[in-house]
Amino acid sequence: MTCYIPGQPVTAVVQKIEIQKLRQGDRLILGFSIGGGIDQDPSQNPYSEDKSDKGIYVTRIAPGGPADVAGLRVGDKIMQVNGWDMTMIKHYQALKKLTKPNEDVVRLLVTRKSLEQAVRGAMGLQ
Amino acid sequence: MDNESTYSGYSYKSSHSRSSRKHRERRDRHRSSKSRDGSSRDKSSLQPPGEPLLDAESTRDERDDNWGETTTVVTGTSVDSVSQEDLTRITKDLEDSTPLHCRRYLGLTLAAILGLFAFVTPLAFLALPQVLWRDSLDPCGTPCEGLYISLAFKLLILLISTWALFLRPPRASFPRFFVYRCLLLALVFLFVASYWLFYGVRVLEPRETDYRGIVGYAASLVDALLFIQYLALVLLEVRHLRPAFCLKVVRSTDGVSRFYNVGHLSIQRAAAWVLDHYYSDFPVHNPAVLNLPKSILSKKTSAFKIYSLGEENTTGNSTGQSRAMIAAAARRRDNSHNEYYYEEAEMERRVRKRKARLVVAVEEAFTHIKRHQDEQTPSSPKHPREVMDPREAAQAIFAPMARAMQKYLRATRQQSYHTMESIINHLQFCITHNMTPKAFLERYLALGPTLQYLDHGRGRQWTLVSEDPVTSALRQGLVFSLKRPDFALVVNVTPLPFLALGEEFVDPKSHKFVMKLQSETSV
Repeated sequence: MTCYIPGQPVTAVVQKIEIQKLRQGDRLILGFSIGGGIDQDPSQNPYSEDKSDKGIYVTRIAPGGPADVAGLRVGDKIMQVNGWDMTMIKHYQALKKLTKPNEDVVRLLVTRKSLEQAVRGAMGLQ
Repeated sequence: MDNESTYSGYSYKSSHSRSSRKHRERRDRHRSSKSRDGSSRDKSSLQPPGEPLLDAESTRDERDDNWGETTTVVTGTSVDSVSQEDLTRITKDLEDSTPLHCRRYLGLTLAAILGLFAFVTPLAFLALPQVLWRDSLDPCGTPCEGLYISLAFKLLILLISTWALFLRPPRASFPRFFVYRCLLLALVFLFVASYWLFYGVRVLEPRETDYRGIVGYAASLVDALLFIQYLALVLLEVRHLRPAFCLKVVRSTDGVSRFYNVGHLSIQRAAAWVLDHYYSDFPVHNPAVLNLPKSILSKKTSAFKIYSLGEENTTGNSTGQSRAMIAAAARRRDNSHNEYYYEEAEMERRVRKRKARLVVAVEEAFTHIKRHQDEQTPSSPKHPREVMDPREAAQAIFAPMARAMQKYLRATRQQSYHTMESIINHLQFCITHNMTPKAFLERYLALGPTLQYLDHGRGRQWTLVSEDPVTSALRQGLVFSLKRPDFALVVNVTPLPFLALGEEFVDPKSHKFVMKLQSETSV
């Protein structure tokens, strides 16, 4: 993952993940937990490479849940949710974007280190 | 005591005649009021002896509560038996009479005489040569006059400061001499005597002609007196200002305790200091409050009676009896804590109810009265308001709240401290100063300090009990007590800890903060 410089565009290799929300009682759940945000302490984030990165990260995946089925992994950084940007957002605002009650599907763009290494490896081979 | 007998007698009588109470309460109150006024104990037909006489002879634990029940006739132990009221009257007379009043002023007069003598001495030093051998004195012009002026002002300062510091009527009379004061008086006496000796030998005898030297000598005496006064100030007043010891004062009857910080004092002075603060800090000693637990605890011991049937040896008998009683009482299920708890809760509820009634009654009574403005024209000729002075106004509004007040005072057992007269006086005082009902009630809702109930003009007799001599200084671990006929104050001395203060410098620019939130929410 590239280190983030304020004001400069961010480039990253992303993977599109589509999660179907599961209805449990009167709630729609996705089956994972997020951490991070611009109002949080970035040095506590165990998954980020750059400790000043204030993005939203996936911290836990409920095994067998919708996120697990869709291919989300622990440590993924979420870049977009349904077109909404997640790199420069407060924690509770990110929560609201993920848990909109009238949406059944969320389309995430996530990035992880293995993706970048895979692409670089593929590019290096060529 | 005479002016409150009408009110408190009414309260005692009504407590007996109340028939709507529960049977147990009536029995308890009957029994407790019987033990309170010893002269009305009517277990037998003849006048029983006063309780204090018996208490002095027998110890508390051996006295059986059913003492009078197995005997048919109770006679006095001496021909002239003294009832309890007589005894209290006698002790009060002893307090009132002033047999050794002059002892209080003996030390003061001694010091005054010595002070006067010391004051007159420099003037005498100056005057005697002028009187006796004026012709042969060396003429002494300006330097002498300068010395005269300085002498006069120093004497004036000495006089004023002596009046300000030392000429005060003593408020306490101590059992022993005050060591520092005696030391200072002896020092002054020694000083003046030695100066007189020198003067007599070197000036009066050979008729010294150097007048300037004599004036200088008198000025040096005044300087020395000023320094002695400085020493007196430091020893008597200043030395005990810086706190060095912490005194814990506990009242022996109900356990009310306070902590005070004092400086270096002797035991008797510390006792006077403690008593000064006792009268304004401690709530007044209420012997009626202590009666509650006895009525519950006494039920336990009266259950078992032990009879000795034909045993001859009496030595081990009493210990065997008490041991058997204690063992039996321990084996029985102890429910007295239950009764105590319920009795306390019941009493608290009763006090709260009566307090509510009292507050409402007083508030209502205060609305009947209003301050009259002179400029106001009379509102209507049909209702001419009669203008009353505070005393009549107080008496007018006292009637509706009297009953609620009396019941509340009885519930909190304060009825012996407040007579009807004193309540009306207080009401008059509050009305005159535009106080609200709550301000009027603060005197009755909480027991105030002892000073509030004291009538002035009578000295208070306290006894200082101590294992160390009373003029020795305070030190760690000292315990002494101050006794009165009803209770005692036990004082414990601990030194204040030594404080080692360190220093830490904080740069004002070092106050910086970062966010430390790390929340993880599940979606």
